[in-house]
This record gives sequence, C-alpha cells and structure tokens, in this order.
Amino acid sequence: MSTTLDKARRVVVGGTAILVLLALWELAVHVLKVRPITLPPPSVVLLELAREWRWYVDHSYYTLITTLGGFALSVVVGVGLAMLLVASRNFTDAVYPMIVALNSVPKVAVAPLFVIWMGTGYEPKIAMAFLIAVFAVLVDAVHGLRSVPQDVLDLGRVLKGSRLDFFLKVRLPGALPSILTGMKVAIALSLVGAIVGEFVASQRGLGYVILSAQGTFDTARVFAAVVLLAIMGMLLYGAVAWTERLATPWRVVHD
Amino acid sequence: MSANAIQARGVGKTYLGERALTALTALTDISLDVKPGEFVSILGPSGCGKSTFLRCIAGLERVTEGELQVDGQRVDGPPDHIGMVFQRDALLEWRNIERNILLPVEFARKPLKDYRARVAGLLALTGLSDFADRYPRELSGGMRQRAAICRALVDDPRLLLMDEPFGALDALTRDQMNIELQRIWLETRNTVVFVTHGIAEAVFLADRVVVFSPRPGRVADIIEVDMPRPRRLGDRETAKFGGYTARIRSLFNDMGLIKEPPATVGEVKIA
Repeated sequence: MSTTLDKARRVVVGGTAILVLLALWELAVHVLKVRPITLPPPSVVLLELAREWRWYVDHSYYTLITTLGGFALSVVVGVGLAMLLVASRNFTDAVYPMIVALNSVPKVAVAPLFVIWMGTGYEPKIAMAFLIAVFAVLVDAVHGLRSVPQDVLDLGRVLKGSRLDFFLKVRLPGALPSILTGMKVAIALSLVGAIVGEFVASQRGLGYVILSAQGTFDTARVFAAVVLLAIMGMLLYGAVAWTERLATPWRVVHD
Repeated sequence: MSANAIQARGVGKTYLGERALTALTALTDISLDVKPGEFVSILGPSGCGKSTFLRCIAGLERVTEGELQVDGQRVDGPPDHIGMVFQRDALLEWRNIERNILLPVEFARKPLKDYRARVAGLLALTGLSDFADRYPRELSGGMRQRAAICRALVDDPRLLLMDEPFGALDALTRDQMNIELQRIWLETRNTVVFVTHGIAEAVFLADRVVVFSPRPGRVADIIEVDMPRPRRLGDRETAKFGGYTARIRSLFNDMGLIKEPPATVGEVKIA
C-alpha cells in the first residue's frame, strides 16, 4: 500500500537527516577543537549512556513515574472539574475566577512551597507535574463538554432521556476529541513539571542528574540526560496520540 | 380528547427582551388543526416563525399566547413519543449509523434487541442497509439526512416534526429526498409537520400547505393539495401543480416578498 510505503520513506528520510546532523556535529567538534566541557561530540554522549546505562535507566524510571503520576492526576482532576463546571453555573461562578487566578501564577514559583509541604520524595514532583498540566486538560475538557451543537441539545430534549444518559451518551463522547487534545498537551507539560520538581529538591530523576552534572561540569552527562528526556517525551506523546486514535476511531487522522 | 393530532388556537409567541422595546413577536394568532396521519407542510419566508411554531409543537419553546395541544394534551415540554428531524442531521459522529438510529431507544431505556428488526427495515426502506456500521462522516449529506429520518422513525412516533430537513442539500439530492420521504410516509403514515421555504417541495409532499406571512408569523392561507399519491417528480410540471404553486407565489407577491422588475426587456445597468 502506498501509505505504508510513504511511512517507510518518511522514516528513512527522517532517520538519515538525524544521522547526517550527528555526523556533522561529531566532525565539527573535532575539526574546530571545541572543548568537551562546552560541547561533547555525540560519540562521547553515547559512550556515557552505554557505560552507565543501569544508572540512567534508574533515574529515567523515577522521572517517568513522576510524570505519569502527575499526568494521570491532571486528567482525572481536570476532566472531573470540567464536568462540575459544565454541570453547575453556581459552581462555575464560585470556582472559575479562582482557577483563572491560579493559572496566571507562574507555576514554577510555587515549587519550593511543595517541598516545604511534602518533603523531597515523589509527592512534590508529582504535584508540580500535576499543577503545570491540569489547566491544559481542564480548559480543553470544558470547551469540549460545552460545544454540543444546538440541534443535538434539542434532540436530547425531544428524546426525553435522563440527564445522566445525555451526559454519558452525548456530552462526554462528544468532548472526547477535545479532552484527548488537552491530554496531548498535558503529557508534555507533565514532563516539564517533573523536571522542575527534581530541579528544586531531589536525589533522583533525570532533573537531578542534569543539575548534579552541571555542578561538576560533566557536560556529557547533561547531554545524556537531555537525550533521554527527549526520547521519553516523544514516546509519551506518541502513546497519548496512539490512545487518541484508538479512542476516537470515527475521526479522520491528520498527522 | 380531541381527534386532532395537533390543535392550535390563537397561538402566539413573543420573546421578551431585556427592555420592553426589544420584545419580539415571532408568531401571532395561529389557529390550525392537523388530523392524525396527515402530512402538513408549513411554508413561509425566512424568519417568519415557521420553525418557531414547529419548536413550540415539539415543546422546545413555550407559547406565550393561546392554546397548543398535541394529541389532546396541552404542550408543556416535549410531548412523549415524537420524532424530530433537523436541518443539519444532528447525527452523533462517534456512533455508527445503526447506533445513531437506536439512540431514541436507548434514551427510552427499552431493550435494543426488540428494535434490531425495525432498524433493519428502516435501513432497507431508506437504502442504507450497507451502511449500518459506517460512521456518519463516511456518508453523503443526503444519506446522513436519511439516517436522521430513520432515527426519528425508529420508535414509531405518532408525530414526526421536520424542520427544513433538506434545506442544506443540493437541488438534485433534495428532489430525491422528496421522493423517498413520500415513499417512507406512505408506508408509515405518521402524522408529519414539514417546515420548508421551498414552494414546490411544500406542495409536492403535503396534503395541506399552511402558508405563513412574514414576521410576526400568521397563517396567510391553507391550501389543500388534491393530487393522487404516489406523486412523481414529473407531476410538478402539470397544470394542476402549477396552479397550486402559482397561488402561493401570488400570496408571497401580495406580501411583498417577491419583487420582480417588469417583464419588458429594459436597459441593464451594472453598478
């Protein structure tokens, strides 16, 4: 099929471009005699990763758990809050101004507070990941739940179904595409939140690896952690995008 | 209990604005009886309140004057057991065609298995049998609207309300849908109220055409269409059919809705 062929072509072209770029980087570092403390060549970064892969896996795992924890919490709380906001005007009037105010606070600024409250374990990092990601889910979920066309609202009234039926069979599935869009943004933001949390206070995780390596001018190690973060970010996003395709098979997928 | 499927006596509808000045009268003094099993078209210019009247019958809007009854009961919220078809099909994109058609059954909390045969029959009647498990986006506009009609008919409603259902379709598809709607109606014989702004469509489908005046909507005339069924598209070219449409057109003319320049060929000015 032409689409599979096209996919293969894209993988080959994209992969080749990356390899060429890495080769140029390697070459440039050697030819221009750049100090490894400024910019290590890719080979050194790769060697660093290979030498201590167990250690890296351990720290990656920690960051992954934190990210997924914050993400899961942001989806549950974001969608839950959105449902309440859509269901009750009073709740909206009471809570929405607070949410807007909270969202305008630079979330990173409250990270030290979480450390004071929750210590230096998983909790403050998950809280940070959650706080940064939750608004993306909330805003998109509210939008999705509210955007039922007038015709469909009328249809629901004429059919005289229960409020619960209308919510479960019309409102919620109709909002699913929006919610999943919010989730794609949220997964990336959760990773940011997790790293910020680890920057502030941690002995584990890729954020900690970066910060401690910076302290010893171990630039190769910083790069190694950044590479792992990039891979993790792509895989997480891909997983949510894949879930999106599974959960909303009625939509045309545009890559 | 009255023998009328719909009975309107002096029905009016005024939307109150924030100040008295902004109050808008959409309908005034509508009196109309629709007999069970009758096909009635409501015809009028845009904004004449014909859709508002239909929405009042559906219980989606409250009348502010007069008395409106469906099956002998004052309308207060949507009456039980009616079917409605909207201008846009209002299909749920995430449900395949069969599941869309079964939505009213689900909402009524009736066992779906009792309706499988009914759905299959409706799909066959509308030529959608091969599309039962397709999503709406895989269907053309005309097919989607046919599915919406199936949905409205699935629980055998005593009253079918259609709000410009073919208004968004192209002319050819619209003709085709008129033929099919007639065929469906001849089989099901539900009471139908069909709102449209198409003169030919209104006459072609209806036992009676109720012509509305511009806002505030009033019944300007009621025209009995005495033509045998099934009617064919070609019947629209007959003198009799032409008589009906001419009469309606002259009504619209009198209302100042149609403005034609004199028939003589004059100087054409291009602004």
